[in-house]
Amino acid sequence: MTHTHTPRCRDLLGSISEYVDGSLQDDLCRELERHLSECENCRIVVDTFKKTIYLYQSSSAEADLPVGVRERLFKRLDLDEFAKKA
Amino acid sequence: MMVISSQSEISFQALKSGDRAEFARLVDLATPAIYRLGLKMLGNSQDAEDVLQNTFLKALQSLDDFEGRSSPMTWLYRIAVNEALMLIRRRKPQVEIADEPVGESDDIIAPVQLTDWCCLPESEFLTAESKKALDAAIQTLPEKLRAVFILRDIEGLSIQETMEALGLSDTAVKSRLLRARLHLREQLSVYFGGRLKEEINK
Ligand SMILES: [Zn+2]
Repeated sequence: MTHTHTPRCRDLLGSISEYVDGSLQDDLCRELERHLSECENCRIVVDTFKKTIYLYQSSSAEADLPVGVRERLFKRLDLDEFAKKA
Repeated sequence: MMVISSQSEISFQALKSGDRAEFARLVDLATPAIYRLGLKMLGNSQDAEDVLQNTFLKALQSLDDFEGRSSPMTWLYRIAVNEALMLIRRRKPQVEIADEPVGESDDIIAPVQLTDWCCLPESEFLTAESKKALDAAIQTLPEKLRAVFILRDIEGLSIQETMEALGLSDTAVKSRLLRARLHLREQLSVYFGGRLKEEINK
């Protein structure tokens, strides 16, 4: 796969983080979107960039605390008397 | 993210006056998040548990210094990141310190991987192997970028809260976040790009 990143691509990529967070200034946003409609490489980078963030965000919520971790923590903190609830 | 909404109920006054029941409540509210942070920073459950315990021990010791300018949660994140970084430094052979400048440079590395793997079937992203690849990719980030990425994109802190938790400027947080995300995009592109090839060759 060939990739021809122009200096223009490079400039715009500096703002993709703010772009996907929705905090990029309107005019820069429009400029970036115009570029994305013409530049396949940048479009792929932005799409996979978004997907990357999304995958991490959605995989993080579920992790359960392993058995015993809370109990040992309360013991270590000398909070055993409060360990019952929750 | 559940933690953020309920943390307002934690009474700063009660914590400061040494109310142990209130501290226990804070421990319960914050434990899932702090444990997860340790797990993502260090990559294994034993170290994650050490980070968790040390964080709350430190918090107890430094309650007097906690001025409530940030939320209790942000304060705990700050302690936890420091504990995690200390543990990483202790684990790491001295030689690797030479790696640090990579994380410090502001240069954005031009994207190399240009495979569009977004179109993979949704189930492909949910396999245990994919999750492992996600975790492994985080471990390849320089620690300082790792901390920013975890707080912002995994724990869901705002840029402002991330700045407070890490004692960094707005510019530093944004620059590290961008580099972390770009780095992870490259890593995931290698992995999922490979999966895509397999799909096509089926
Ligand atoms: Zn471009």
